[in-house]
Amino acid sequence: MSVASILEGKEICICAGAGGVGKTTTSAAIAVGMARRGLKVAVLTIDPARRLANSLGLPELGNEERRIELDSPGELWAMMLDAKSTFDEIVEKHAPDAATRDAVLSNRIYKELSTAVAGSQEYMAMEKLHELHAEGRYDLLVLDTPPSRNALDFLDAPDRLARFIDSRALHFFLAPSRTGLKIFSRGTGLLFSILKRVTGVDLLQDLSDFFASFGDMAQGFRERAQAVKGLLADERTTFLLVTSPAHEAVEEAKFFRDKIEEAGMPFGGVIVNRMHVEEPDGPEDLTSLDPDLAEKVARNFDDFHALAQRDRHNVDELTADIGDRPLIIVPYLDEDIHDLEGIGAINDHLFAGSGATAVPAEGAG
Amino acid sequence: MRTIVCEVAHQERFSRLMGREGVGYEETEIAENLSAISLDQQHTLEEWVTYQLPSKRLAGLLYRSGIFQHLTSAAPGIKELVTIGKIWELSQLHRKSKDARPYDFVVVDSPATGHGLGMLRAPRTFADIARVGPIRHQAERIHDFIASEKTGVLAVALPEEMPVNETLEYQEELAPLRGDLDVVVVNGLYPHRFTDEEIASLNGHAGPAVGAAVTEHRRYRSQLEELERLKGGVENVPLALLPFLFAPELGLSEVSELSGVLEEQLA
Repeated sequence: MSVASILEGKEICICAGAGGVGKTTTSAAIAVGMARRGLKVAVLTIDPARRLANSLGLPELGNEERRIELDSPGELWAMMLDAKSTFDEIVEKHAPDAATRDAVLSNRIYKELSTAVAGSQEYMAMEKLHELHAEGRYDLLVLDTPPSRNALDFLDAPDRLARFIDSRALHFFLAPSRTGLKIFSRGTGLLFSILKRVTGVDLLQDLSDFFASFGDMAQGFRERAQAVKGLLADERTTFLLVTSPAHEAVEEAKFFRDKIEEAGMPFGGVIVNRMHVEEPDGPEDLTSLDPDLAEKVARNFDDFHALAQRDRHNVDELTADIGDRPLIIVPYLDEDIHDLEGIGAINDHLFAGSGATAVPAEGAG
Repeated sequence: MRTIVCEVAHQERFSRLMGREGVGYEETEIAENLSAISLDQQHTLEEWVTYQLPSKRLAGLLYRSGIFQHLTSAAPGIKELVTIGKIWELSQLHRKSKDARPYDFVVVDSPATGHGLGMLRAPRTFADIARVGPIRHQAERIHDFIASEKTGVLAVALPEEMPVNETLEYQEELAPLRGDLDVVVVNGLYPHRFTDEEIASLNGHAGPAVGAAVTEHRRYRSQLEELERLKGGVENVPLALLPFLFAPELGLSEVSELSGVLEEQLA
């Protein structure tokens, strides 16, 4: 099975999996491979570490798509999302007028939340994915998901943010009225005084301002969250799980698969990275070597053989679990993969059995 | 030392390793002087609210109220804040809950770099947001604790290009928050099995075992290069090196082996 056949007819490929399994490199490799097959591809990461840039052989990437020169019929573009700039762009887009926009952008809580908080990255990834897809400038979008432990948090990130901004109950309590905070005028006493005790009055006032300025945009956010949800569940989207053959990683891959299917998202298959591949034959005759060296060589072989058996066992379990879904194995390669050349080596496995032109370019040019 | 291992991702790898899966949000003693807890947002947040308020009844009222659930389930960063808050609480001599005993040492299995930093930064972010009042006061205390000598931050890296880059970036980002890393642990180093001469002498021989030897040596060499690069980037930080273990699965005996190696190197 080749990644090219899994991705036939797909416009979005989401690579998910636990941290440390080669997810970013795999995302880059898939993007390169599909560009070589004639598609115009963009690969996105929100990982603030420079892993994607590294794996494409670049010192860094920014919030703008950047073209990577490839000797191929398609095009490869890459970007590393900056949560803050993306957030600002969205505010500009959703704000009904300049005054609201400025009020939000200069709100203290907004500033803190949009820069410093880890959770906002997930939302930004979904947002950008939706935007790029709607613009239709690419044949395929590949998303490298964040190395979050709760790796599927990003699935409902848009929903969560929309709920946060659009909290009717909060508006009831916090929206400012002519007499200051509504809460004071309404005298809905007890709950508020408890809340105040936790947060302090100032914070409540700031929150009130925050929700007041964001309130006008709530509708836009809610619609967007719905649209993103629809896009993720669409048949033009597919989720690829990336894992290593280690026991823990395999267990997590199974867990993810369940979550993806539970959420009604299309599950495309599994990519197992860094597999120690079993040698069908035992060690060769080593008697022509120096005896000490021969012994070391034999012991080394035994060690790797044991790893290969372990990997085979774990992957067999995974195969049984995913049933008829495709599982692609990338062996543990000799080189540490961190550039385009290395990606070529991975792609010999990801795209095994599919010619470089298996997927015809649509509207090539 | 009374020690507790604190997991934050519902995975319970540690307790499973110790044969005691399912400790959940209970401080559970799983061996002499060794406890485990697995933090989840629901419990952590609920407990946090309880501590803020004079009576359990009020806390319950607030916690169960729609507004509060709404606000906190969605508020970016709340999860990070209450998680680091609970970790801090575990480390205090005077525990908030009456029957809880203090620990001498709290080990946190933190999320990967980006999210891990988010957690360490959360107290400062919220202190800035709150400006004054109880949240500010508390968040500042937690931040000061993280920035103090009572907290150590230990990075774990594989000797490969990307993890090394990430560790160096992590160090850079951590610096303004609390200064240098305290230790970098380099994990999974291949043994130095073959000399260059030995590998060269294999030239002309072929077969799976010779192939495996050449592969092993190449990886070993590449790891050494990355290790040197890492050393150059974290000059003032002590390094500990852990060997790659060929055991099929890491069990308790492998972990205690690694623990011995660490102890020796960091003594």
